[in-house]
Amino acid sequence: MAKELKLMKGNEAIAEAAIRSGCDGYFGYPITPQSEVMEHLMAEKPWEKTGMVVLQAESETASINMVYGGAGAGKKVMTSSSSPGVSLMQEGMTYLAGAELPCLLVNVVRGGPGLGTIQPSQADYFQTVKGGGHGDYRLFTLAPATVQEMYDFVFLGWEMAFKYRNPVMILSDGAIGQVMEKLYVTDYTPRWTNEEIAEKCPWSTYGKPSTRKHNIITSLELEAPKQEEHNHKLQAKYAKMEEDEVRYEMVNCEDAEYVFVAYGSSARIAEKAVQLGREKGIKVGLLRPITLFPFPKKIIAELSTKVKGLLAVEMSAGQMVEDVRLAAQFRCPIEHFGRFGGVIPTPHEVLEALEEKIIKA
Amino acid sequence: MFNPDIIKPENLVYKRTSVLTDNVMHYCPGCGHGTIHRLIAEVIEEMGIQEKAICVAPVGCSVLAYNYFDVDSQGAAHGRAPAIATAIQRLYPDNHTFTYQGDGDLAAIGTAETIHACNRGENIVMIFVNNGIYGMTGGQMAPTTLIGMKTATSPYGRDVALNGHPLKITELLADLPGTYYVTRQSVQNAASVRKAKKAIRQAFENQKAKKGTSFVEVVSNCNSGWKMTPVAANKWMEENMFPFYPLGDMKVDGQKVSK
Repeated sequence: MAKELKLMKGNEAIAEAAIRSGCDGYFGYPITPQSEVMEHLMAEKPWEKTGMVVLQAESETASINMVYGGAGAGKKVMTSSSSPGVSLMQEGMTYLAGAELPCLLVNVVRGGPGLGTIQPSQADYFQTVKGGGHGDYRLFTLAPATVQEMYDFVFLGWEMAFKYRNPVMILSDGAIGQVMEKLYVTDYTPRWTNEEIAEKCPWSTYGKPSTRKHNIITSLELEAPKQEEHNHKLQAKYAKMEEDEVRYEMVNCEDAEYVFVAYGSSARIAEKAVQLGREKGIKVGLLRPITLFPFPKKIIAELSTKVKGLLAVEMSAGQMVEDVRLAAQFRCPIEHFGRFGGVIPTPHEVLEALEEKIIKA
Repeated sequence: MFNPDIIKPENLVYKRTSVLTDNVMHYCPGCGHGTIHRLIAEVIEEMGIQEKAICVAPVGCSVLAYNYFDVDSQGAAHGRAPAIATAIQRLYPDNHTFTYQGDGDLAAIGTAETIHACNRGENIVMIFVNNGIYGMTGGQMAPTTLIGMKTATSPYGRDVALNGHPLKITELLADLPGTYYVTRQSVQNAASVRKAKKAIRQAFENQKAKKGTSFVEVVSNCNSGWKMTPVAANKWMEENMFPFYPLGDMKVDGQKVSK
């Protein structure tokens, strides 16, 4: 596939990837620091290029329900927002998960709680991977660390969404959304024809031909035993994701005595801290979870038997660290270092935290 | 005596529409929902648009509407049907997406979605069944509950000081530039059923011609929630609901109808 080099913001990369990946519809509502997603789409006018629908909705609540409507009709549809907007979307997300609708969601996280700040944060981890809406459900969650990954994960997101009939979340943050980097973009992937939709999504509501029964998209079941059965089906799907779809990256872990566990922007800062640590003679490496659900439990369990300590580095007061502790079962010291509320840690702070909290302790 | 020999195509004067499924409806005897469902289904059949019709069902008494319409359907979260229908219709512009909502769904929790879908002029048909009460949850006060009307959450009657005013959302929608057709109908007797069907047909014809939003309110009863017999409920509706919610067209061909 031909590749073209561009310089773009992470948010623009999401929009560009949407157009080039055969997305049928984007529904959104402006919020800092992700507004460039819709701004780029509106400027590019993809309805003239690919037929993609772009609509500015009256609220995040409306946006997520537009996603529900489009996804239920078998189309590749998406939305993006930032933390306060994503909180408003939680109702829609649990309905999407319950009705098993494939779609793409993007959260360019900012500092909370409440209206919080507009600076980068990773404090929406719990909301995303534990299920911010009601009921037992999971979002397949991808954590990009570069503008290139913002682009690539849109494609991977569609693949996972339709493979598992499940909503996919790209959990980014204000730094990755706003930073400009070079990225390679791919050729335009054509949108699915209505015939392809009927073939790939035979469950969807594209209009009932006389040859089949009517399709119904709903998350409602009045009989409890049937709803339990539906829940078992969902759980089996999530278990399959945990078995087959875990993705992570390791940096300098071969001989590491200490390992940072960090995703997204924090992983890039931690990677620099690895370099600083190595210069000081500290054998430190980095494990970067790429999928946050499914979480890379096995490799963390493995590392915990080999290293002298793990430091979870997050722009939160300590969320992912709970999953690291569960995976590592306290086989080695596990600590957390975070700056939050929109503050980004420096690599020096991260290295110092490793020395203070684990090496000297 | 029943004579089976008379069952011949040439003797057929009426049959149940094939756009309704064989599922037994759960609605209370005397409720208007069953009639309104039938009218929509008949219009879909007569226009030959079953393969293009997409129903978006609400939360409320008609939450299971998708079990009765033999068309592809989606069940919406409470109040969100117009947003869902917006996306479906924009993604399939030649389809016939329609919403079916009650007063709590459309005029309370979903007010924003209702107003904005109408104001954008989405090419959808919206059916609004207004019986002035929350039926499914057991008869609580609705946004359209009349002043003085007793419900489970206004047991001494709706009091403006305590509960605010009933919302005439249909009048409000008729003022929006995006709506092309806005009408208020009822289905309590044969004449009103015929008029309501004509209005529903007009709404789907407008959609076919891509004219924008067509909105059909049907003022209906809730004999269970109102705690009346079906006959008494219809009488009460005529005497109390119709004066406050007057029947007739409010907007035709994009023009307000002057009264």
